[in-house]
Amino acid sequence: MTMLTNNGLVYLIALPLFGALSLLLLGRRADKWGHLLATGLSAGSFAVGLFQLSEMLGREAESRPVTQKIFTWISVGSFNVDASLLLDQLSICFVLLITGVGTLIHVYSISYMSHDPDRRRFFAFLNLFIAAMLLLVLGDSYLNLYVGWEGVGLASYLLIGFWNQKPAYATASKKAFIMNRIGDMGLSLAIMIAFASLGTVSFSGVKEQAHQASEATMTAIGIMLLVAAVGKSAQFPLQAWLGDAMAGPTPVSALIHAATMVTAGVYLIVRSNFVFDAAPTAQLLVVIVGAITLMFGALVGTAKDDIKKALAASTMSQIGYMILASGLGPAGYAFAIMHLLTHGFFKAGMFLGAGSVMHGMNDEVNMRRYGALRKFMPITFITFGFGYLAIIGVPPFAGFYSKDMIIETALNAGGVKGILLGSTALLGAAITAFYMTRVMILTFTSPKRWDDNQHPHESPILMWLPMAILAIGSVTSGFLLSRGATLKHWLEPLFEEHGEHIELLPPIVVSGLALLMVAMGVALAVVKYQLSEVDAVAPENVTEFTRVARRDLLQDEINETLFMRPGQAITSALVKIDQSVIDGAVHGIGKMALGSGSFLRKSQTGFVRSYAALILIGAVALIAAIWVVTT
Amino acid sequence: MITFVSPTLDYALLAPILIVLGGALIGVLIEAFAPRSARASSQLFITLATLALSLASLVRVRSGASTTAAMESVTFDGAGVLLQGSILLIAIISVFLLADLDNFTALAAALPGSDEERTSLQQDLKVTEVYPLTLFAVAGMLLFPVATDLVTLFVALEMLSLPLYLLAGLSRRRRLMSQESALKYFLLGAFSSAFFLMGIAYLYGYSAAVSFSGIHAAVIGGTGNDIYLLLGIAFLSVGLLFKVGAVPFHAWSPDVYQGAPTAVTAFMAAATKVAAFGAMLRIFYLSFAEAYWQWRPALIVIALITMVFGSLVAIAQRDVKRMLAYSSIAHAGFLLSGVIALNKSGLDASIFYLFAYGVATVGAFAIVTLVRDSAGEVTDLNRWSGLGKRSPWVATAFAGFLLAFAGIPLTSGFIGKFSIFSAAYESGSTAILITGVLSSAIAAFFYIRVIVLMFFKDPVEDGTSVVIPSVYTQITIAISAVVTFALGIYPTPLINFIQSTAQFLR
Repeated sequence: MTMLTNNGLVYLIALPLFGALSLLLLGRRADKWGHLLATGLSAGSFAVGLFQLSEMLGREAESRPVTQKIFTWISVGSFNVDASLLLDQLSICFVLLITGVGTLIHVYSISYMSHDPDRRRFFAFLNLFIAAMLLLVLGDSYLNLYVGWEGVGLASYLLIGFWNQKPAYATASKKAFIMNRIGDMGLSLAIMIAFASLGTVSFSGVKEQAHQASEATMTAIGIMLLVAAVGKSAQFPLQAWLGDAMAGPTPVSALIHAATMVTAGVYLIVRSNFVFDAAPTAQLLVVIVGAITLMFGALVGTAKDDIKKALAASTMSQIGYMILASGLGPAGYAFAIMHLLTHGFFKAGMFLGAGSVMHGMNDEVNMRRYGALRKFMPITFITFGFGYLAIIGVPPFAGFYSKDMIIETALNAGGVKGILLGSTALLGAAITAFYMTRVMILTFTSPKRWDDNQHPHESPILMWLPMAILAIGSVTSGFLLSRGATLKHWLEPLFEEHGEHIELLPPIVVSGLALLMVAMGVALAVVKYQLSEVDAVAPENVTEFTRVARRDLLQDEINETLFMRPGQAITSALVKIDQSVIDGAVHGIGKMALGSGSFLRKSQTGFVRSYAALILIGAVALIAAIWVVTT
Repeated sequence: MITFVSPTLDYALLAPILIVLGGALIGVLIEAFAPRSARASSQLFITLATLALSLASLVRVRSGASTTAAMESVTFDGAGVLLQGSILLIAIISVFLLADLDNFTALAAALPGSDEERTSLQQDLKVTEVYPLTLFAVAGMLLFPVATDLVTLFVALEMLSLPLYLLAGLSRRRRLMSQESALKYFLLGAFSSAFFLMGIAYLYGYSAAVSFSGIHAAVIGGTGNDIYLLLGIAFLSVGLLFKVGAVPFHAWSPDVYQGAPTAVTAFMAAATKVAAFGAMLRIFYLSFAEAYWQWRPALIVIALITMVFGSLVAIAQRDVKRMLAYSSIAHAGFLLSGVIALNKSGLDASIFYLFAYGVATVGAFAIVTLVRDSAGEVTDLNRWSGLGKRSPWVATAFAGFLLAFAGIPLTSGFIGKFSIFSAAYESGSTAILITGVLSSAIAAFFYIRVIVLMFFKDPVEDGTSVVIPSVYTQITIAISAVVTFALGIYPTPLINFIQSTAQFLR
């Protein structure tokens, strides 16, 4: 069956790309209207996405995917890669999430960044990000995906370090970039293995060969893809950059480091379902990574006083849920994507809410200096509150549906594995409820702990409107996506059929258990923070666990001891070898060439008579040479 | 009995050449009758309009069937049209460079150091003759690669050479050196033309024909005296190898490149190479192909010597224009491998290489015109140190052109070198491949040395500065840089176009 083609796909990417290029090239001339152009183009891309969705809904399930070939990118012998786009049931979800949430965040940023002299540059980078992220989810081969993958990495780097006049922020952007490189290396290795052993790098090509190829090959590809996903999605053990990435402006944290880019790893794994289905070992690793990260993030989240870092830890943990689900095979893919979408709404909304709080509190981020903000920022409180209810999984808010499904699928994975994963997911839900309630109480409902020169106030409409829209999403998206298993059926044609459905516990019991865990978490937080006094300064006499959790469970110390210092030692040793041995050889050859050049140069006397003689000699030699050959 | 048949000229096919000649004549009339103040701008306009018109008519010719014109003395085929197109495009970007008339002497006829020269400088005169001279040279260059008989070939050779001799002597500063180089170029050019003419005579003696097809028929028939063929090929090659600057017929080029006004050097280095290699490819592919076992070993040796010599001596240069001259000698060696390859891919690769190299060359020399002190251009490389710190854009563009010369990936030079060496390898010349790659490595040494000098050394405080380029020079540099990188990143369309178009019509 040949796929339908649609020449409109390229506009999805072209619009924001055009915005990024024109804002960067026009420079200061675009300062006055650049943000409006960028927002308009992002909205335009969203409109194209909606149009594509309506087209797609009009077709039968098997003919829904469409492609567009833009140009022949590489054509070497039998190896062909076209720069082609593929829009199917999976990528349309991402397209709408990226452009929809992206546009809301553009609108929010118009106001949030209004006092920044570099607002135009900020919007240029936002558009660049949207374009790159769309390319990532629309590429029809691993190589095209890789271009977008690197593009979002670049945009993330530029935006984390947007205020690079502060050395700490510049360092944070560098850290994110370098840790991402490890993941990127995994992706490029996966592509190379696929090319070397399967001879193709397109999704459809790899899918066709997934069954014939040896399991070892598929496992190698799968593990490398997992490394890539781990880097981009801040999963254990490459999670350390996400907290520092909060140095970027808050809309960036909402868009890139909560709703979209960090979920690219989940996309990669779900997109590569055929690889993981054929490689059980790699699939098991995916689940393990997901489970560890969801606990890791949740534990870190309990100790953070910086509101953005607490949310970042929570993002890490929630993506852990998604990775866990995507490692559960065909049963989990749809739920991973569902949680990804609902998380896109509520986490983006909460980050925007955090930005709104910071906006009203002179950029204060320490929650111990907040308190009682409910009165001063009612809209922020309500929208943030909806996000909060969604993330901890209270019905009927979005997170309830998506997280519940993941817990249930994990429990039903079978055997000891199922019980271990299920209870980890349940425990994670309890901890999530605890630390999110803590955030809520410290910020909004506990007594005020700020001094009198703070004048908290509600944010302007351009900021609260996007928050309100996202809050509506936080309330409704879970119900809408899971009612009648809409999303599951929508995505079904892309995945392999999965086998018999085992049920360890009936769904209603699982939901009950989950709600019980959540209630316990909430209760503990209420007792600890609402009913007892909170210090305005972080207390020093705390347990060893809190101390370690505050330092992100020692992730930086471990990285520095295990990788940075040995790496530096190797580098300096290599530099020495390079200088003495390799440079020595190169310079030696260079000197030799220079010597012979200087010698030959003497033939250039400047006299016409010697030049003419040279020509004559040359002519005679030429005749002689031809003569010798001929006779 | 000889009956005289009046020749039929196919004006439509000859239009690109005739338009350029017409434009040149208009230019001469402007010199004679237009007031001094109006000359510069009107000449520039006429020249550009002529070249654009010629290019347009060339596009029209392309769509017509490949055919011969002017009693089979010229042939318009795919390869010829591509070469002509390259020459015209290179000429157009070079003309923007010529438009900066400050590089030219005020009055060409005035003796250096005379009162006349001083007065003319005070009056702020400009030699606008540059434009018609350039157009005459372009007309010769357009004719050279499409000429299909030896007499027309010789006429074209002289037509392109004579204006260049004059142009080389028009430098505003260091006039004695400039005039010396012009005289050298003229004397040596005349000397090599004599060889060329002698070669024509021997070939006529061999085949009783001056047309390429006639010689081809004689070579196939094998009836002629092989000694005449041998001498003919050898002498003709001397003339052609002189024009392309292959060792040992290269000696003029460093002196002339250095002495000539830089804008002229740019035009000469780029466009002459295209024309001369075009003619060389045509005659070797069409007439001498079947006798390849005679000439090929000798030509391979020349190519090898040329690559190695050009690369080695370039390292020892301290003057940027001389360095570029030796680099162009090395490139002549690389391009000879396209002639030696004697197959379709060699032809395709040569055409791509010529265009890519020509454009990068014009760009590189355009940058040389920008680095100046109070006495004019600074060509001493030591004084270029730290240029990257003072003028990052200019230095970056120059670095880009150097990387293209070195054949570093993502520049047009890489694609050119890759395709021409693979064509040579395909034809069995492994020696060419190995030497080519090795001398490219040597060449990279001095290109990168200049880049290091510009970016990693501290600037010297001696009044060297980069002048703000005029709009015209900016156009030249911008187009050259864009083409150089575009062809490096996405060469497929041009390569496909050349592959489908380039062929010689016998």
